[in-house]
Amino acid sequence: MKKWIRMKYTKWYNILKDGIAMNNPIAIAVLGICSALAVTNRVENAIAMGIGVTFVVMMSSAMISLLRNYIPAKVRMVTYMVVISTFVIIFQFALQAYFPAIADSLDAYVGLIITNCIVMGRAEAFAVKNPARYSLIDGFASGMGYMLVLIAVASVREILAFGTFLNFQVVGDGWINWVSMAMAPGGFFVLGLMIWGIRELTKNFEGQVGEVE
Amino acid sequence: MGHLLELFLSTVLTNNIALVFILGMCPLIAISTNVKNAAGMGVAVVLVVTLTAAINYPMYLLLKALKIEFISLLVFIILIAAVVQLLEIFLDKYFPKLYNAFGIFLPLITVNCVVLAVSLFFVNRGYNFGETVSFSFGAGVGWMLAIVLVAGLREKMAKISNPPRGLKGKAIVFVVLGILALAFMGFTGLV
Repeated sequence: MKKWIRMKYTKWYNILKDGIAMNNPIAIAVLGICSALAVTNRVENAIAMGIGVTFVVMMSSAMISLLRNYIPAKVRMVTYMVVISTFVIIFQFALQAYFPAIADSLDAYVGLIITNCIVMGRAEAFAVKNPARYSLIDGFASGMGYMLVLIAVASVREILAFGTFLNFQVVGDGWINWVSMAMAPGGFFVLGLMIWGIRELTKNFEGQVGEVE
Repeated sequence: MGHLLELFLSTVLTNNIALVFILGMCPLIAISTNVKNAAGMGVAVVLVVTLTAAINYPMYLLLKALKIEFISLLVFIILIAAVVQLLEIFLDKYFPKLYNAFGIFLPLITVNCVVLAVSLFFVNRGYNFGETVSFSFGAGVGWMLAIVLVAGLREKMAKISNPPRGLKGKAIVFVVLGILALAFMGFTGLV
């Protein structure tokens, strides 16, 4: 118990909490939604995508953090892109080699991890200012926060759209598949309602009436 | 020619890149607070998407001939960043008025996933050059259509509606987008 209380004040615990809960990249900061909506019609796709983003954001944050004193400020964006796309290519090849079916259904969205704002955002906001071991934890926390929301959205959508969960039948025979849930509108509605729920629970509301920037 | 026009129309409406493939959401949600900015961003996207796809296509052929197409992702993203940077310098020098109108939108485009997605899609679908240009132009126009529609709705909404506090700001935009996406599903089977 004592150890647990002391842990609450260590830096890495706070980074972890911040990434997963307080500043959840999707629910609170509303970043990286393209892939969050496009791949969440099945839970297995969501898990694959979540692992991919976690891997890329961890490795590239650590790498950029190690190189942070050598990267000239003017070309830092291009440098980030080279580092990030290297890890994306590694992940893409691993996925094609071991899970070709999932790689097929994710299509071009694996490549689009490069332009996922979360990866670039963590590099710019955290990795350039902090040592590599914290950047690794920060990347892990952001990636996990992303993956948890993805899995939550995908669970709702897969059950409603196909009546299955991870390809196991979970609803009775009388179930009629809800087709629009598998497509874009379902993603928008489920994520919108989920953000509403999370903000209501965490009392983390956004700005003034109807307007934000 | 008719075939290219068909591809263009289907990319704008039935396969709208924003509302069916759900791409380019971050800028779409961040910049769609008023119609003027939305249209500016839209035009910039149309320009950059068409230009980069036209440049990336021969580049991909070259990589394929050299049998190193596995690094195409890396090459595409660097080319996109370079094209955006060059366009910025070019506009600044020769069309300063236009440059000022585009303002901050140009540099933001590098991280807009529509641009990279279009380059990846033409590879995956095996388009030829004509189809690539037609498809990329359609994707840009489709994205512009979506952002202008959303911005128009948000402008009206900011004045008259009063959503629950948890839905305020960005969350309500998802609901708006969902309804728009449902509407765009109505185009299915058009082309």
